[in-house]
Amino acid sequence: MRADVKRISPSAVLIVSAALAVASMVAFMTVGAKGSWSFLLSFRGTKLLGMVLVAYAIAVSTVLFQTISGNRILTPSIIGFDAMYALLQTIMVFFLGAAGMTTTDPRLQFTLETAAMVGFSLLLFRALFSGASRSLHLLMLVGIILGGLFRSLSSFLQRILDPNDFIVLQDRLFASFNSVDADLLGIAAVATLAVTFVLWRLSPTFDVLSLGREAAIGLGVDHQRVVNLLLVLIAILVSVSTALVGPVTFFGLLVASLAWQLTPTASHRFVLPVAVSIAITTLVGGQVILERLFSFNTALSIVIEFFGGLVFIFLLVRGSAR
Amino acid sequence: MIEIQEVTKSYDGNAVVDRVSLTLPAGGLTSIIGPNGAGKSTLLSIVSRLMPMDRGKVLVDGLDVNDTAGDVLARRLSIMRQDNHITARLSVRDLVAFGRYPYSKGRLTADDVEHIDRSIAYLGLEPFANRFLDQLSGGQRQRAFIAMVLCQDTDYMLFDEPLNNLDIKHAVETMKLLRRLADDFAKTVVVVLHDINFASAYSDRIVAMQGGRLAFEGAPQDVIVPSRLQAIFDVDCRVHAVGQTRLVNYFE
Repeated sequence: MRADVKRISPSAVLIVSAALAVASMVAFMTVGAKGSWSFLLSFRGTKLLGMVLVAYAIAVSTVLFQTISGNRILTPSIIGFDAMYALLQTIMVFFLGAAGMTTTDPRLQFTLETAAMVGFSLLLFRALFSGASRSLHLLMLVGIILGGLFRSLSSFLQRILDPNDFIVLQDRLFASFNSVDADLLGIAAVATLAVTFVLWRLSPTFDVLSLGREAAIGLGVDHQRVVNLLLVLIAILVSVSTALVGPVTFFGLLVASLAWQLTPTASHRFVLPVAVSIAITTLVGGQVILERLFSFNTALSIVIEFFGGLVFIFLLVRGSAR
Repeated sequence: MIEIQEVTKSYDGNAVVDRVSLTLPAGGLTSIIGPNGAGKSTLLSIVSRLMPMDRGKVLVDGLDVNDTAGDVLARRLSIMRQDNHITARLSVRDLVAFGRYPYSKGRLTADDVEHIDRSIAYLGLEPFANRFLDQLSGGQRQRAFIAMVLCQDTDYMLFDEPLNNLDIKHAVETMKLLRRLADDFAKTVVVVLHDINFASAYSDRIVAMQGGRLAFEGAPQDVIVPSRLQAIFDVDCRVHAVGQTRLVNYFE
C-alpha cells in the first residue's frame, strides 16, 4: 500500500518535525509572557529543559528498545521498566522513611536508583534478548507479568507504609509534566549527555541490529556486547524520565510508532531525531495548549496516555507484530 | 580452508551435531545433504559463529571463529540463513547495502556503491531495487538476500537452503550463480541442499550427514550411490548417469 504513495525524502520529514519542535519550544517560552525576562527564563526555562530531557529520554529509549527487541509494539514501559523504577522508589521510602528521603541528597538518590535499575534490567531482561527463544509473545508475557509483580509489590509496600511517608512517595510517583523536579535537572542532564555520547559511538550498529541477531552477527557486530550496553543505556534513560516526571506508559509507544510511520526509511539516522522531535512537539506543544488555551494544568499526561493507549490497541488489533 | 574439529552441540542431552570433523578446502562448491534433523543447518550456524558449540573448534583460514573479532571474520565469511525475518521496512537496495557494513560501517564509499550496483545487477534485481522487501514475492526476496551475501564479497560463502521458495527457473539460476561464484571468482561456496539432484549436478564435493554425524563425504560419484543414499535417507532409489551427471530417481 505504501509503494503507491510518492516517497517523501527523509530529510524533509526530519526538517519539518524539527521545525515543529523548535516552534513549540519558542511558543512555550513566549506565549502569554508577562513580567521580567530573568524570572521567565529561569521559571519556564527550567520546566522546558525538564520536558525536553524527558521527551528525548523516552523517544530514544523506546526506539532503541524496539530495535533490539525486533518488534514495534513493546516499549520499556509496557514491559515494566518504569514499574521497576517505581518499586525502587517505594522501597527507598519504605526503608528510609519520609524524613530520611528529605534529608538525603536527591542526586544521590537518583544515582543509587539508576544503578539499581541498570543492575536489575540487565539481570531480568538480558536473557530475553540473547537466548534462542526470541518469541515476541514470551517477551510480552514475561514483561507484563514482571510489570504486574513490580506494581503489586509497590502497592503492598505502600499499604503498610506510614501515611506521612506515603504522601511523600505519592508525590514522586504521580506523572506530572507541570512539576518537574528541579533538583534533579542538573544530574539528569549530565546522565543524558553521557548516554548520548556512548550512543553516538554505537550508532553505526543500530541499523544492523534491526536486521536481527543472526544477520547482525553475520555482518560482524558483537551482538551480545552491543545489546547489553544498549540495555544499560536504556535503563539510564528510563530512570531519567521517570525521576523527572514519574511513569508514563504509552507516550513512548505513541512517539516511536509515529516516527517509524512518518519517516520513509528505517535508518536510525533519521528515525531517532524524528522521534525526539515528535516527542518534544507533543510534550511541549501539548503543555502550551493546555496551559494557555484551556488553562487547566495537570491533565497533559492523561491526554497523552489516552492517545498512546489508543495507538497501542490499534497496533494490537491490526495484529501485525512488526 | 575451513577446518571443523570434533564439533559437538547438544540440546538437553541430545546431540544435534555429534563429534563432526571435516575439512573443506578453499575453492569449489560443497553441498551438505541429509534428512531433516541431520544437523546440517546447525553445523552451518556453528561454522559461521551464529550458534555457540559445546565442544570442538572451527578454524577459517586458521582463524578460530570463537575468538576472532566479528568484523574480521565478516570480511572473510558470510552466511545466508533460511528464515530471514526482518522487522524494519527496507528496500532491496537498503538490504544489499548492509553487505558492505563489515567494510565501511555504514558510511558507503564509491567502491561500496559499485559493489551494491553489481550485486543487484548480478541477480537481476534492478526492476525491484527500490521496492520494499514486504512487496516482493518469496523468490525475489530470496534473491535479494543472496545479493546481500554477494555484496559482502567474502572468500567463504555459506548458504542455508537457498533454493527454498524458488521455482525451477530461479532454483537453476541460483545454483548456476553459486557455481559461477566458485568458478569465476574463486569463492568457496558451501550450500545446504534438500534436493539431491541439485547437489549431484552442481557440486564439486558432497558432504552427507545423518543423525548429527558425518555419514559420507566425497565427489558426487562417490556419494550419489544407491546403497549410500539408502543409508542416509532410508528411501529406495536408483541412480542414472545422464551425460556427466548422476541423477537420482526416488519416485518409484
